[in-house]
Amino acid sequence: MCLAVPMKVTEIDGPIAQVEQGGVRRQARVDLVEGIKIGDYVIIHAGVAIDRLDPEEAEETLRLFAEMLGDEPRRA
Amino acid sequence: MTNLDELRDPVLLTRLSEQLRGMAVPPATLMEVCGTHTVAIARYGLRQALPEGVRLISGPGCPVCVTPQDQIDLFIALGGIGGVTLATFGDMVRVPGTDKSLEEARAEGVELLIVYSPMDALEAAARRPEEQVVFFGIGFETTAPAVALAILEAKRRGLGNFSVLCAHKLIPPAMMALLDSEVRVDGFICPGHVSVIIGSDAYQPVAERGKPCVVTGFEPADVLAAVRMLLLQVKDGRSEVELEYTRAVRPEGNPKAQALLRQVFRVSDARWRGLGTIPQSGYELAEEFQELDAEQRFGVEPPESREPAGCRCGDVLRGAIEPPECPLYGKSCTPRKPVGSCMVSSEGACQAHYRYRTREVER
Ligand code: SF4
Repeated sequence: MCLAVPMKVTEIDGPIAQVEQGGVRRQARVDLVEGIKIGDYVIIHAGVAIDRLDPEEAEETLRLFAEMLGDEPRRA
Repeated sequence: MTNLDELRDPVLLTRLSEQLRGMAVPPATLMEVCGTHTVAIARYGLRQALPEGVRLISGPGCPVCVTPQDQIDLFIALGGIGGVTLATFGDMVRVPGTDKSLEEARAEGVELLIVYSPMDALEAAARRPEEQVVFFGIGFETTAPAVALAILEAKRRGLGNFSVLCAHKLIPPAMMALLDSEVRVDGFICPGHVSVIIGSDAYQPVAERGKPCVVTGFEPADVLAAVRMLLLQVKDGRSEVELEYTRAVRPEGNPKAQALLRQVFRVSDARWRGLGTIPQSGYELAEEFQELDAEQRFGVEPPESREPAGCRCGDVLRGAIEPPECPLYGKSCTPRKPVGSCMVSSEGACQAHYRYRTREVER
């Protein structure tokens, strides 16, 4: 029930946005996320964007895994 | 990028598993407190990646499962009032109440809407002014903001036919309550999406009680990383809050959502299935929104509540037993014919164990 999925913001109209992922389109409230922009990835739960996903941190996570496994650093 | 398919890559998972299995660590029991983690662990067979002596157990992380019998009975009883339409998330529909489930109540004529968002329940109320729509406000800190938005919106629009049965629960107080129970936990895999709202700092009191906490994401590699981070803490005798899920969670959480929660709700004592009443572990509506409280609006007397005979969901939710230790598990209780909430809910520990049981073979 707490399932929450990353979706991309495609249109914004005040507190409401169209979000999309893998061909699924939904309407969601985005007024709990500061400074929302088209193209942002947000985490959608029960029709509400609960926050934004940070693409730089996602890259950082992959780097951390490489480090954990003692791999050569990926591209900087 | 954001789906991070890389974190499901079989090669990565195999390497992480091998690394984990090779760790020399003291025996430890780690608990996850989130239904989505429960499912990820079962689905990807992550227990097979654990070093000798390390166990993963489920705690009270499934919002449907922890909703106590009397709140379910009360909600069903509200549906018996003429002119009332019930609205709830789909996961709740098959959970057995004392006399019947919502599904059975619907077969007897109770009006029931299954909604994806509380906002859908609100719109249903707007479309049916002659009916009263009652929404079942269940869920943790992840879900409460969505319900709060619907409550604010109902008030703003002056919708006199929308109300909420408020049964929200808060995760950190439940974790603290577990520390005072007989169940031994050496570290917590903290819920990712609850933490998006409350922030990883919210687990500081748990860490201060000597229990390592790692907030992690939902890909199998995230969970394996969290297990490794926890085991390193246990091994070094540290107990800190660490954040693996940095792509979604900030230490301070989402301040806008927190302000909304403070506006609409008041923290109150709450009853949990299996854990009893835990002080300051739930929400009730704040003074200003009391008129939207279904319990006050309708004042029904629910039947005297009873747990399903023989069901040990309460023990499962406290981590006192694992699902297969329940005598009914896989016999009279299966996902097709569930006896208790933990087998009904797709995020319940019993259903997760059962559905993916072939992946739990001993290595
Ligand atoms: S197996 Fe069924 S009866 Fe046993 S604890 Fe789980 S839900 Fe309850």
